[in-house]
Amino acid sequence: MNTFLQVTIDGILNGMIYALVASGLSLTWGVMDVINFAHGEFLMAAMYLTYWLAFYGGVDPLVAWVAAGLFGFMLGWLVFRLVVVHCLDKTPMAALLATFGLSMMLKNGCLYLFSPNYRVLSGTWLEGKKIIAGSLVIPLPQLVTSIFALLMVSALYLLLRKTRLGWAIQATSMDREAAELMGIDTRWILTLVFALSGACVGVAGGLMPMYLAVHPEVGSLFSLIAFLIVAMGGFGSMIGAFFAALLIGLVESYAGFYAAPVLKYVAVFSLYLVVVQWRPKGLFGW
Amino acid sequence: MTNNETGRKIILSVKDVLAGYDQVPVLFGVSIDVSQGELIAIVGSNGAGKSTLMRVIAGLMKPSGGVVEFLDRDVTNIPAHKKVPLGISYVPEGRRLFPKLTVCENLELGAYVENERSEISRRLEEVFSLFPILKDRAGQTAETMSGGEQQMCAIARGMMSKPKLLMIDEVSLGLMPSMVEKVLDALVQINRGGTTIIIVEQMVQEALEIAHRGYVVQTGKIVLSGKSQVLLDSEEVRRAYMGM
Ligand SMILES: Nc1ncnc2c1ncn2[C@@H]1O[C@H](COP(=O)(O)OP(=O)(O)O)[C@@H](O)[C@H]1O
Ligand SMILES: [Mg+2]
Repeated sequence: MNTFLQVTIDGILNGMIYALVASGLSLTWGVMDVINFAHGEFLMAAMYLTYWLAFYGGVDPLVAWVAAGLFGFMLGWLVFRLVVVHCLDKTPMAALLATFGLSMMLKNGCLYLFSPNYRVLSGTWLEGKKIIAGSLVIPLPQLVTSIFALLMVSALYLLLRKTRLGWAIQATSMDREAAELMGIDTRWILTLVFALSGACVGVAGGLMPMYLAVHPEVGSLFSLIAFLIVAMGGFGSMIGAFFAALLIGLVESYAGFYAAPVLKYVAVFSLYLVVVQWRPKGLFGW
Repeated sequence: MTNNETGRKIILSVKDVLAGYDQVPVLFGVSIDVSQGELIAIVGSNGAGKSTLMRVIAGLMKPSGGVVEFLDRDVTNIPAHKKVPLGISYVPEGRRLFPKLTVCENLELGAYVENERSEISRRLEEVFSLFPILKDRAGQTAETMSGGEQQMCAIARGMMSKPKLLMIDEVSLGLMPSMVEKVLDALVQINRGGTTIIIVEQMVQEALEIAHRGYVVQTGKIVLSGKSQVLLDSEEVRRAYMGM
């Protein structure tokens, strides 16, 4: 029973982080029908930033996440203005291919600059700290990252649902011309959305080096899972993405423990296949 | 600038506008003048170019020639979102409400360029007193309302920016006759309150009956214009648009 609880907790912690990474992706898809293929590489870039800030500047990830979040925001802003804006209202392949190229560039850029080495941060404030309750062990780096993720996702959700800016974002996604007629600068809104999406992975990437090795391929797995989550939750649905992320975190954890670690992703992708059989547009898709 | 006939200030002046879609020309030199406080009807059959003219004035598309002046200022190439703060509001054809947002959220977005909370509340009260049904529907998503209610909501949303010029495209489309009358009455009321209005209509008789003046558009040109009564009495209008 305790093992089960432990595995469940691990799954939830991972699920929260997946939720944050996926919510950025869900946002850009939902608002502008753009799949950002470089999403995972934004994450990787933010992880490197935190890593180097800690390595050379002695800045702990618990502080550096702010810089990583801002970096993600600016990266998103720039990529939108330089690349994505030219792909809007064209075939969906345009943005897909452009961001795919960008992801290659970022990945190979980091490979060239930083080598393929796995880099692990040591001496962070939370390193090795954990909460122990009976036989349950909750590592603090993961717990703190998950809590941050949950807070970010909630903040994003509230922003979209409860503020005028959020309504303007939703309006822009529903009918761009009608939004313009409200006086909404839709180009600015789209830029902001892309930047916010970048900020989500920026914050995630800012904290994850506390417990995860940084290397040029680290974004790839996360973006694959994020795509899966967005598809499973229903394209563009933030709530759907949240629950899909939790589900995937749990299934991955159970399969990894009760079956075999190599079967983790088999289980996760099987789950996806089952879900789309049952609901072709995803859990919350319409 | 003032109009010689009415002696009132001209707030909108469209001169020789050319426009089209993907090289296909639609408007061939359209000119209209609208004075402060007027209710203008722009009528014509389907495909004549009425909506295109509205889109040019609202800033949703740039004309390939000609000039649009609003309050003595050249606004020809100003994009739509920057025209709203100047006082131009366009209620587009087909209502174009934000379907998954509530009525209240739709109305709030109508006042997007206004930041003063108390002013927004005041305007909400204003449109609720004009269309009381919207108050009951405030928390409902726009897509769940009937066509007539949606049209009222669209007009109310257009009013929320407190425009100097309100343009309404095909207000009667898909509405029952009783509802058309109700909505047109509301427009007359809004106009009496001081807002200049342009309505675009295929229901020529109904539109001209409430308007001060009218323009008849045919294949991208103004073919007739003048006082509503004169147009209503004219042989051409009666034959072409009223089946008489
Ligand atoms: N988005 C568009 N793309 C291409 N052609 C269009 C578009 N919208 C309208 N048109 C064409 O422009 C002409 C005028 O249309 P419109 O201004 O909507 O007329 P009206 O509002 O008087 O019915 C029509 O021939 C129509 O087919
Ligand atoms: Mg039309």
